[in-house]
Amino acid sequence: MPSTMNELSGAAPMIVARDIRKRFGVVEVLKGVSLDIDRGDVVAVIGPSGSGKSTFLRCLNRLESIDSGAVVIAGDTLVSTDAAGVCRYAPDTELRRICRKMGMVFQQFNLFPHLTVLQNIIEAPITVQGLAPATIIPKAEELLRKVGLLDKRDSYPSRLSGGQKQRVAIARALAMEPDIMLFDEPTSALDPELTGEVLRSMRQLAEEHMTMLVVTHEMAFAREVSTSVVFMDEGEIVEARPAGEMFASPEHPRTRAFLEHML
Amino acid sequence: MDYVIQILGPLLAGTAVTLQVFLLTLLLSVPLGLVLALLRVSHFRIASGIVNGYIWLMRGTPLMLQMLFIYFALPFVPVIGVRLPDFPAAIVAFVLNYAAYFAEIFRAGIQSIERGQYEAARVLGLTYGQTMRRIVLPQVVKRILPPMSNETITLVKDTSLIYVLAMNDLLRAARGIVQRDFTTMPFVVAAAFYLLMTLALTWGFNYLEKRHAVYDE
Repeated sequence: MPSTMNELSGAAPMIVARDIRKRFGVVEVLKGVSLDIDRGDVVAVIGPSGSGKSTFLRCLNRLESIDSGAVVIAGDTLVSTDAAGVCRYAPDTELRRICRKMGMVFQQFNLFPHLTVLQNIIEAPITVQGLAPATIIPKAEELLRKVGLLDKRDSYPSRLSGGQKQRVAIARALAMEPDIMLFDEPTSALDPELTGEVLRSMRQLAEEHMTMLVVTHEMAFAREVSTSVVFMDEGEIVEARPAGEMFASPEHPRTRAFLEHML
Repeated sequence: MDYVIQILGPLLAGTAVTLQVFLLTLLLSVPLGLVLALLRVSHFRIASGIVNGYIWLMRGTPLMLQMLFIYFALPFVPVIGVRLPDFPAAIVAFVLNYAAYFAEIFRAGIQSIERGQYEAARVLGLTYGQTMRRIVLPQVVKRILPPMSNETITLVKDTSLIYVLAMNDLLRAARGIVQRDFTTMPFVVAAAFYLLMTLALTWGFNYLEKRHAVYDE
């Protein structure tokens, strides 16, 4: 049962996830998750801890490998499962090429501590894409200006606040010019007063029609910025609907219980 | 004082031998140790297992025994049996032995880097090799400087073991003079020489640690 968000828009979805199953040992953390995300969609994935939402996100760019199902990114098949139930990933170079279409922002930032802010941003464009520093540095500075951290250009990450670190992480991901941005609880490790600056950068990105998949506990962000909201619980998508509808009239009792608890 | 100046010549000659063994061992065993560590943490089960066994063997037997084996027993080993002169035999033994210790230091360093660093590098499109070279190893260097300092200082003093192959390092030179002149003064001078060498190393490592202190974790 595919849960397509915008069935009427003709273009192929940016992300197609089909019946994704994943277990850690005996625990089945994803019990057949399917989701389509169109270009420019901002999808918030909400749900209680342990509902499998982060794992689902990490399955999309192969930080976790799935047991069965299929993932297609902008028309390219990352992984598929044949009729016999054999799950097959694309060959390594192809895999890397497909995954490069997705930038990712982590809960723990994962900046490179031995590199300055600027070096963090230009590392992958230089090493992976082979760009010349002269080409990428102005672009990196532009990204830093965008997230409001140009003055921190030459600072090391340890000198930054959590919110600043996360904004650098966003700029670092954007420097690779991804088509899709994945956010894995980007504000969960931040002090409450610092979440605003990160959410502002994300909102700005959404306004530029970046395709975004955001695992979050920020209900305000889910409601105000996302185009649709996915509620996950116990390894399945319980409900996936446009943001306004989801918060106004959640259909499923589990969704209702969760939202009442969160809001 | 005159006496000290008089024995300085042979002691300096001994120091030259000591320094040669030290520098050659360091120069060769650090890269070998790094290769061993990378194999050990790799997903190649067989290579990892072999390295494991190698480290067990090298750390589990005395360096002096290894040196004696390579010098006296290796010539009689089929296929790989070669007869090495004393200096190369000593270097081979030291390099093989110290590479095992350095490999363990590197391994501990590599495994101390958080998984998030690998994941961040991976989602940015870096290959495993690029991740190691550009992200992991530069951070490892900072973390392993203190144990590396320890190990290299130990190496300076371990060089005195080459006396078993009748080579005239600093300590053997000093002992020769002690036995000849019936005075323990050469030992004191030799101790001073060792202290100077380890002092230089301590300073060198302090400098490196300061240089890497520009960033915190």
